[in-house]
Amino acid sequence: MLSAILALAVLAVVFGLLLGFAAVRFKVEADPVVDQIDAILPQTQCGQCGYPGCRPYAEAIASGEADINQCPPGGEAGVQALADLLGRDPKPINPEHGEVKPKMVAVIDEQLCIGCTLCIQACPVDAILGAAKHMHTVIEVECTGCELCVPPCPVDCIAMVPVKTDIATWKWPYPESLPENRPTSLADLLTGSAAGSGA
Amino acid sequence: MSRKLWHFHGGLSLAGHKDESMRKGVLPTRLPSHLILPLQQHIGEPAEPVVAVGDHVLKGEVIARAHGYVSAPVHATSSGTVVAIEERPVAHPSGLSAPCIVIETDGREKWRHRDTRITDYTALDPSELRNRIREAGVVGLGGAGFPAFIKLNPGTARVKTLILNGAECEPYITCDAVLMQERPREIVEGLLIMRHALRAETCLIGIEDNKPRAIEALRNTLAEYDAEGVEVVAVPTRYPAGGEKQLIKVLTGEEVPSHGLPLHVGIVCHNVGTAAAVYRAIAVGEPLVSRIVTVTGRGISHPRNLEVLIGTPIADLLAECGETRGDLDRLIMGGPMMGFALHTDETPVVKTTNCILAATHEDVVPDQPALPCIRCGECTRVCPVSLLPQQLYWHARAKDFDKVQDYNLFDCIECGCCAYVCPSHLPLVQYYRFAKTEIWAKEREKERADIARRRHEFRLARLEREKAEREARHRQKREALAKDKNKGKGADQAADESKKAAIKEAMERAKAKRAAAGVTPKNTENLSDEQRRQIAEADARRKATKAPAEASAEDSAGEANNKESE
Repeated sequence: MLSAILALAVLAVVFGLLLGFAAVRFKVEADPVVDQIDAILPQTQCGQCGYPGCRPYAEAIASGEADINQCPPGGEAGVQALADLLGRDPKPINPEHGEVKPKMVAVIDEQLCIGCTLCIQACPVDAILGAAKHMHTVIEVECTGCELCVPPCPVDCIAMVPVKTDIATWKWPYPESLPENRPTSLADLLTGSAAGSGA
Repeated sequence: MSRKLWHFHGGLSLAGHKDESMRKGVLPTRLPSHLILPLQQHIGEPAEPVVAVGDHVLKGEVIARAHGYVSAPVHATSSGTVVAIEERPVAHPSGLSAPCIVIETDGREKWRHRDTRITDYTALDPSELRNRIREAGVVGLGGAGFPAFIKLNPGTARVKTLILNGAECEPYITCDAVLMQERPREIVEGLLIMRHALRAETCLIGIEDNKPRAIEALRNTLAEYDAEGVEVVAVPTRYPAGGEKQLIKVLTGEEVPSHGLPLHVGIVCHNVGTAAAVYRAIAVGEPLVSRIVTVTGRGISHPRNLEVLIGTPIADLLAECGETRGDLDRLIMGGPMMGFALHTDETPVVKTTNCILAATHEDVVPDQPALPCIRCGECTRVCPVSLLPQQLYWHARAKDFDKVQDYNLFDCIECGCCAYVCPSHLPLVQYYRFAKTEIWAKEREKERADIARRRHEFRLARLEREKAEREARHRQKREALAKDKNKGKGADQAADESKKAAIKEAMERAKAKRAAAGVTPKNTENLSDEQRRQIAEADARRKATKAPAEASAEDSAGEANNKESE
């Protein structure tokens, strides 16, 4: 009886020490879930979710404080990815946090800009170039389209314009939305016979 | 010629339709009034213009230089004046515009001085050869447009076999066939130059056996050269035997690994047209300014092959081929299997344009509704890359882009065999193209998001640092002030004393100087009584107003005044 109690006590102490040691030795600094969520978020840093940036929102989702449908720039695909990661049901974007819009970039009307630097201070990714009393301009490739620079401008010289599609960024449409001239029918050239024979 | 050949999986036997355009050989084209030269006619970075609107350029002059390693320069293809550098519609399935240089030709076709002809290429270092090929703007003329000099640079890898691709497996297209028939010498010379650059052991020229005249022409030419280890091989006509990996499989039995390059199995593959362009670049000293284009299809009355200046609008090409039929439905760039419909005939011929197919209403049957997939497996049977087209279709349709990559979507060569045999008329290739561009767009977005994240983190760190610095500065100031207070008035007084002493000293010095120079102030001597009285009154007034405020200052000022008046 006594030996059994002793044995168990010794085991408890040994494993306790082991676990304690492991807890200190293999301590994880950051919450890996936060990093995973942050990797899905679009990094516009727009604050539409109600948090000051994407990382704080990721932390809020991880802690259960925020829902997964508060990020309009991420769109439905973003919600779907978050739902897959966290094992939750996807839901539509909460309209309280704004609507899903096509990708935009800010453009400063350089004729109107008075060089007040307010937009520079507002930009979360330092994508606006300029100095006090000198014209400002947006570095287009760095702009995330967060719109945070628009309200501070005292002369309303910042416009949000949709990103232009060029040949490098053009995407093939989803086949079901194609017009009737589907190139599959081109293969009928090969039959050498008249129309309607099909493949 | 009993060489062992292998087979690739799947493929199709298609009606060739090659005779229509082969009747007349290669014909020249009239010089167009305008040439439109896109800055990007190759895979990689677009070229950078080096001319301005209004400049006069000569044929063969560089008008846009290569930007970055994977890039190619663009040359003026005739002499004339640059009239615009702007966006013009280019040959692309999207129908979008891209930056082009537009030249108004002057009709003189005046060449700039040509590069020195190299008669003995074997004396040149391979890197020098590659540089010349790069400067000449030679890209893969088979369709992909990959800069040729990169594929001639094996690095540390050893090249066993150099393959020239003359299979030209797609129906209707005959530009390589006529090139091989009419200019076999250029191809063989180009092949030997490439072989020297690659230090390849053996060379194979693969040609589909439906082109007996091309095979014969090349064999005859080879016989004239003392070229050991070069062989012309007739391969069975089966679409897509002209696919790079398929031709390698047929000729050598080697399988190029997924995501791999032919170089990984010791093979380099070039198009026959590229070989001819390399010959012209090295031995004639001419950059790539023209190419052969097949213009065919029932939509035009005289199908033929044309030697076309790069940048010629398609409309000018059609004008060379007789009348277009009234029921012309669309123009297809490329062949019927892999080509795409052009949005306008103002788009120019580029380096990779091999064929313009004019299709009539008859050719293009009305769209048949896509029926559900019945899992018949025909697509799997014909896929030349041994993929599972059905699975790709399901996952692409469901927009499950991870799954679709698990099924090796990016090994798909978009040959169109699966869609051709599909009894349900599913636009399979469209689904694959859709999935590919979606995945690329996602990758681009991810890249941009990563940049934005880094920049945001940097900004936060910067704001933090600036705040800390500001605080440190304020703390320092506060501490300095506190120190001053501790020292108390003693220090203040001492400072005042030393200041006063300094002033006094300065006055003494000034006085001594005046005395030494014998100067007496004029304005204080010989004053009338009235003036003296006025001065005294003013002094009194001043004393009266200042006295209550700063006694000590007043004193010193008074003293100074006194001294002054003495």
